[in-house]
Amino acid sequence: MDKQLELLQGTLDMLILKAVSLGPLHGYGILLRIQQISKDRLEIQQGSLYPALYRLEHQGWITSECGESENNRKARFYRLTSPGKRRLQVETEKWNRMSEVIVGILGARSEEA
Amino acid sequence: MRLWSRLRSWSRANMGRSRMESEMDAELTFHMDAYANDLVRSGVPREEAMRRARLEFGGIERAKEECRDATGVTFVESIAQDIRYGLRMLRKSPSFAVASVATLALAIGANTVAFAALNALILRPVNLPDPQSLYVVEHPDGWGYQSYPNYLDIRDRNRSFAGLATDNISQAALDTGQNPSREFLFEASGNYFDVLGIQPYLGRLFHASDEAGPNSAPYIVLTYNFWQSRFQGDPHVIGRTVLLDKHPFTIIGVTQPGFQGTLSFFPGTFYVPIVNEQQIEGGDSLLNVRGSHWISEEIGHLKSGVTLAQAIADLNSIGSWLKNTYPKEVGETTFRLGQGALGGDLIGGPTKAFLAALMLLAGMILLAACANLGSLFAARAADRSRELALRLALGASRIRILRQLFTEAILISLIGGAVGLSGSVMLLQQLGTWRPFPQFPFNISLHPDVNVYVVALLLSLASGFLFGAIPVRQVLHADPYEIVKSGSLARVGGRITARDILLGAQIAICAVLVTSSFVAVRGLMRSLHSNFGFDPQSVMLVDTDLNMAGYKPDAQPIMQKRMIEAMQAIPGVQSVGLVGQYPPLHMGWNEQNVFTDQTANLKPSNAAASVIWYGVSPKYFPAAGTTLLSGRAFTWQDDKTAPRLAVVNQYFARKVFGSVPNALGRYFKLRDGERIQVVGVAENGKYTANLTEEQKAAAFFPILQTPFSETWLVVRSSRDPQQLAREIRNQLRGLDSGLPAYIDTWSQDMNGALFASRMAAMSLGVLGVIGALLSITGIFGMAAYAVSRRKRDLGIRIALGAQRREVLQAALGRAVKLLAFGSGAGLLLGILASRVLASIVYQATPRDPLVLAGVVLAMALVGLVATWIPAQRALSIDPVMLLREE
Repeated sequence: MDKQLELLQGTLDMLILKAVSLGPLHGYGILLRIQQISKDRLEIQQGSLYPALYRLEHQGWITSECGESENNRKARFYRLTSPGKRRLQVETEKWNRMSEVIVGILGARSEEA
Repeated sequence: MRLWSRLRSWSRANMGRSRMESEMDAELTFHMDAYANDLVRSGVPREEAMRRARLEFGGIERAKEECRDATGVTFVESIAQDIRYGLRMLRKSPSFAVASVATLALAIGANTVAFAALNALILRPVNLPDPQSLYVVEHPDGWGYQSYPNYLDIRDRNRSFAGLATDNISQAALDTGQNPSREFLFEASGNYFDVLGIQPYLGRLFHASDEAGPNSAPYIVLTYNFWQSRFQGDPHVIGRTVLLDKHPFTIIGVTQPGFQGTLSFFPGTFYVPIVNEQQIEGGDSLLNVRGSHWISEEIGHLKSGVTLAQAIADLNSIGSWLKNTYPKEVGETTFRLGQGALGGDLIGGPTKAFLAALMLLAGMILLAACANLGSLFAARAADRSRELALRLALGASRIRILRQLFTEAILISLIGGAVGLSGSVMLLQQLGTWRPFPQFPFNISLHPDVNVYVVALLLSLASGFLFGAIPVRQVLHADPYEIVKSGSLARVGGRITARDILLGAQIAICAVLVTSSFVAVRGLMRSLHSNFGFDPQSVMLVDTDLNMAGYKPDAQPIMQKRMIEAMQAIPGVQSVGLVGQYPPLHMGWNEQNVFTDQTANLKPSNAAASVIWYGVSPKYFPAAGTTLLSGRAFTWQDDKTAPRLAVVNQYFARKVFGSVPNALGRYFKLRDGERIQVVGVAENGKYTANLTEEQKAAAFFPILQTPFSETWLVVRSSRDPQQLAREIRNQLRGLDSGLPAYIDTWSQDMNGALFASRMAAMSLGVLGVIGALLSITGIFGMAAYAVSRRKRDLGIRIALGAQRREVLQAALGRAVKLLAFGSGAGLLLGILASRVLASIVYQATPRDPLVLAGVVLAMALVGLVATWIPAQRALSIDPVMLLREE
């Protein structure tokens, strides 16, 4: 197994939004979903997940309600709101542009060569 | 949407604090359980799985704290912490807390009262339907008086008003079967209620269709309040017939409870159709007399889409039409439109000016209080510099410390504001029951509404931020290292600090207030003892209206003579006169144009003078104490059969005839062409209800030649007023028990005329006292602070053998210097500002040695009081004790 990558600062919010955009999830489910999509290549501090969730909810990107987990336990499920959806779109575009630029810069070759 | 979700998460976090905590716990536990279960499923032993789950989760408490942060819980919590801390600090220094709360309570209280008056009298719209389009028609001088025929023409010819109503305040004896009592009433046009949009509560109101010529509509409509107070809310009153001045009138209805008439200070009582005015006023009907301006208000709603300028132009074209059509009766006639419940601009104008001045002064008080508190707070911040420095050094952010200081300032301002507000509400309630003129139902209802509370709150908050902001720079620039090392934030002595300037400015403001209050009070004292052209001391006025007791015009002079004789029969009475209608310096007066004998065309623009005129009995002049400069007074032989005569005042004689000797024996003409011979000249005096009036021409006619139904007996006697009043009443009852009378001293009666001066002097006096108090707290704060800061320095001086004088100079020199400079500047400013006062307060002049000496003395006294305790403390410093402490 490859060594896990540390999460870039400020990207956790985006990943959470993406994870809940595929359907309502509880906190642990979000963690699993991100790890599953990333094929376990990202290291996420489990404790840092919840402050991010509370922050996102406070900002109105996501909303939460009580529900039952797969093994019939009570859990809080998070769902993307429509402003959250827009936010995710904006963030995704920004990220894409940013990575393009970074890739461009890092991929530049010396002109003299 | 976003705001909503923020609020939702925030409120969920704060309101259901414990619920959120338990939910958070449950959520985190669920997470770790689920993770552990997954690990168990992959073959890890349960115990090991639980351990790893906790480990990999990281710091649970930190996560929780971050969650709380994310929802804004900590913000609220830290504010609560600040408040608790602030309250504790205030409890720890009670003298500081009391001084600052008291200072602010005074300032906020003064502002609240001033604003409540402004709000109730100016800002609050008239309590009538659709007040925005409601206007009163008035002349450029602010008066609304008009003749009835002119009113009809204006009503019918204008194209601007949806309807124009008129009314006139009058008095009548109301007899409901028992004792007749004298009541104020309103004579109103038939369309009055329809124009104003007033509905009946009981019965019906009268309408234009009820009017069919003079005395055709003997109906009474009661206001709800009058119905309650006079008829105890008896519903059977509808249809009942009562007597008004002995004429039968039928009560047909009661208005809705909210209706109080159109004037805020003169509540409506009951209404009769104006076509019946002759039955109320007596004498000849005035309905067809175009030259007699007696109706006091024309009011109506402008049609929608008509601008103010259009309406005025419309009215002015009617004015010139009236002038061209009736040149003998109507002069130059232009109009203005006024608004508000103060009867247009006549009362509204001066009231607005007065209230604006009051607000300005109250605002200055607030500023002074803020400066005062600002310097106190700065001093406190300096005192607490070590504590603040420690907190800074321990990693508190400057923002957090500033927030703490602001919280304290806001706490003080809110407590002070609440105290000031409750004090002023009590004062306002007192004012609401105050009757400045006992005879009139005058009522200045200033009860505060939401606006007042909001303004008081905003003012408190604003001043809290204002004085809380003063130490900000000090804290932001503080260097914790230096402070902890040297133990002080403030420099001792040396250059002038911002605090000194603040205090100086505050003392200057207070000195302005003290100066203007001295000027006003002194002006009032002078005006009370100035020459009115009569002597109100030791005089009783007895106001009766013979109409009210049903005397026909022929019978009135006989009865008036009998009343005079009855008064003369009272032992101890020196002289008795009679004057009609209105004595000088009363709330009402009569004015008419006179013409020179040579003038043929008696149109208003040819008038020689506008004259205040009276009908007087032979003994009026000695009874009133008016000196005759030359010629003679009247006798009872100067009656209807004799040639017409007049006594004029000196100003009249000079203005119309050139000089006093020239006037004797000469003639002038009245509007109706009647020639009047001048037989005497009296001294000048004050006549209208305004002490600041410029000199006016006046004429006195024999009461038998110009009869009045309403007259004032002028009874001069040095006897005790109350005893005298009782005997006067007995005498009158002996003559006619059904004749209502007002008996009062002339000085009391004049209070109406002096009202403006008295109000100004009273308010300024109070503001002056507040100003002085603020100076005291300000200087006291600074001096006490200076002494406590320089304790060690002073102790060393004392130890080295300094004299008391030197110690005091070192301790208090700066405070005294500031006081002197501030007072000087304030005195100068006050003298400049007092020019404004002169227009309100009669004989107000700051160039009065007594005023100047008074201000200097007052400020010196302020200084003495304020520095007394700090001085004692400075002198009692014991160097040995001090050195031991350090």
